[in-house]
Amino acid sequence: MNKRILEEKIFKILMYVSILIVLGSLFIIISLVVANGATSLSIEMITQTPTGGYYLGKSGGILNAIIGSLFLALPATGLAFIISLGIAIYLQRDFTNPSISSFIRLSLDILWGIPSIIYGVFCLSIMMFLGLGASLLAGIIALTLLEIPIITRSMDESIKMVPNGLKETAYSLGSTKFETAYKVVRKQAMPGILAGVLLGLGRGIGDAASILFTAGFTDNIPTSVFDSTAALPTMIFHLFSSPIPGVRQKAYAAALILLVIVLCISIISRFLLRKSSKFILK
Amino acid sequence: MSKKLIGEIETQNLNICYGKHCIIKNVNIKIPARQLTAIIGPSGCGKTTLLKSFNRLLEIRDDVKISGKILVDGNNILRSGLNVSDIRKKMGLLSQKPYPLPMSIYENVAYGIRIHNHIDSKKLENAVNNCLQEAGIWNEIRDRLHDPASGLSLGQQQRLCLARAIAVQPEVLLCDEPTSALDPISAQQIEKLLLKLKKEYTVVLVTHTLRQAKRVADYVIFLYFGEVIEHGPADKVFNNPKHPRTKAYMQGEIS
Ligand SMILES: Nc1ncnc2c1ncn2[C@@H]1O[C@H](COP(=O)(O)OP(=O)(O)OP(=O)(O)O)[C@@H](O)[C@H]1O
Ligand SMILES: [Mg+2]
Repeated sequence: MNKRILEEKIFKILMYVSILIVLGSLFIIISLVVANGATSLSIEMITQTPTGGYYLGKSGGILNAIIGSLFLALPATGLAFIISLGIAIYLQRDFTNPSISSFIRLSLDILWGIPSIIYGVFCLSIMMFLGLGASLLAGIIALTLLEIPIITRSMDESIKMVPNGLKETAYSLGSTKFETAYKVVRKQAMPGILAGVLLGLGRGIGDAASILFTAGFTDNIPTSVFDSTAALPTMIFHLFSSPIPGVRQKAYAAALILLVIVLCISIISRFLLRKSSKFILK
Repeated sequence: MSKKLIGEIETQNLNICYGKHCIIKNVNIKIPARQLTAIIGPSGCGKTTLLKSFNRLLEIRDDVKISGKILVDGNNILRSGLNVSDIRKKMGLLSQKPYPLPMSIYENVAYGIRIHNHIDSKKLENAVNNCLQEAGIWNEIRDRLHDPASGLSLGQQQRLCLARAIAVQPEVLLCDEPTSALDPISAQQIEKLLLKLKKEYTVVLVTHTLRQAKRVADYVIFLYFGEVIEHGPADKVFNNPKHPRTKAYMQGEIS
């Protein structure tokens, strides 16, 4: 057989295998979570906090973790968004010379690669220094730091894609750098910016290691930022650690709840994405 | 009351370099107010560079060095300490490829008005509509003012860009081959508009096509490898070029 045809065949097979691996594991994970989780999912699971014997298989729910996850991830993503937008805009040629911005980009890429447990430990040591205990606030800070490199870099990439001519147009009309950045470039880059925020939120809401020490764990719903709080990932961790099979089953239900939350967020952001891309230049 | 003639541009010993590469060399020209001046010359000779120096757009890049003077109505716009935004407001730019802002048609025109003035929405609406009418696009888009501007045809986009440029009430319109990306009909529309607009604005038109320059220009500047070879009233330059290189260019021997 012709060598080029063979090459093509091998490449195709490789492609199909990769796709199969990805789609296959996605399918297995979801069906595992749904099959195991759905059976132990109940109304009380999402309406009650754990009672004394919950971790031994008694009644109660994981409302504390659901609320905790939202209280942690949403403010953290909001904070990270604001900070990231500032950095991403600063990184552009119009504001910073390329040698500085490439250094910052490198730093952000390194931060992106740091395991989230390190963020947790880092925040913990700062908290100890300040005399703070495990708290919602500390968890939010850890998640914010975790999300910043992710959100910044993807915003940065989408802002970089904005055509030069569009910026020149804005400047020609007499826009200041700020007006150009916030009224024109931001609008054009909005779909990418939103995608970045979604990526950050996904990472933040699903991460256990960074909040393990910083947010702590409790059966109560937090009433102030200084209370410690449970979250879905840490809840799943605790439930899975149980020797009792029925309790381990509930970990799947918790995972299912997390999955549904993430799905809802994706759907909402798809909608926003469609809205924000209506006016952009293709 | 007769309006004072404004919008005259004069350069004195203008040099522009990208890094070590000098593109514009010792240019001394005077662009008359309220006329249409065509800048012609072969590709890569620095026409765009010269044009963009007039509204200080080159400075967005950090490796550009400009020396000499650019006088607009007698004031050197290269002087330090000037508000660049005010200078650019006076010099509308129409680029080769139209870039509508990522907004609705209406907002595209309103944008420039809003950043420079605080006016109420009724007045704003009037101003926007006037500009759209003046740019000859009103009839086509009157009932889709709030649709995305990116959905317009290329020719319509270019006229929208013209409307947007005049909305900030400039004195000069800098046009960088504004018809080269357009179909013949749209190109003709733009040309006609420029002829109309030169009564109110100084129009500087960079063009590749000699025929276009002949059709519309009152004054011509011939640029060759960054140097001004010849400049003067259009009929003189076209009918009676003094410099052999201008002659050669007119006859299509260099392009
Ligand atoms: N940003 C830049 N950095 C370095 N060199 C540049 C830059 N922009 C343009 N040049 C160079 O400057 C010279 C003049 O460019 P310019 O775009 O002004 O030419 P032009 O006359 O407008 O050409 P055309 O008719 O093809 O549009 C070219 O040789 C080009 O390579
Ligand atoms: Mg050019």
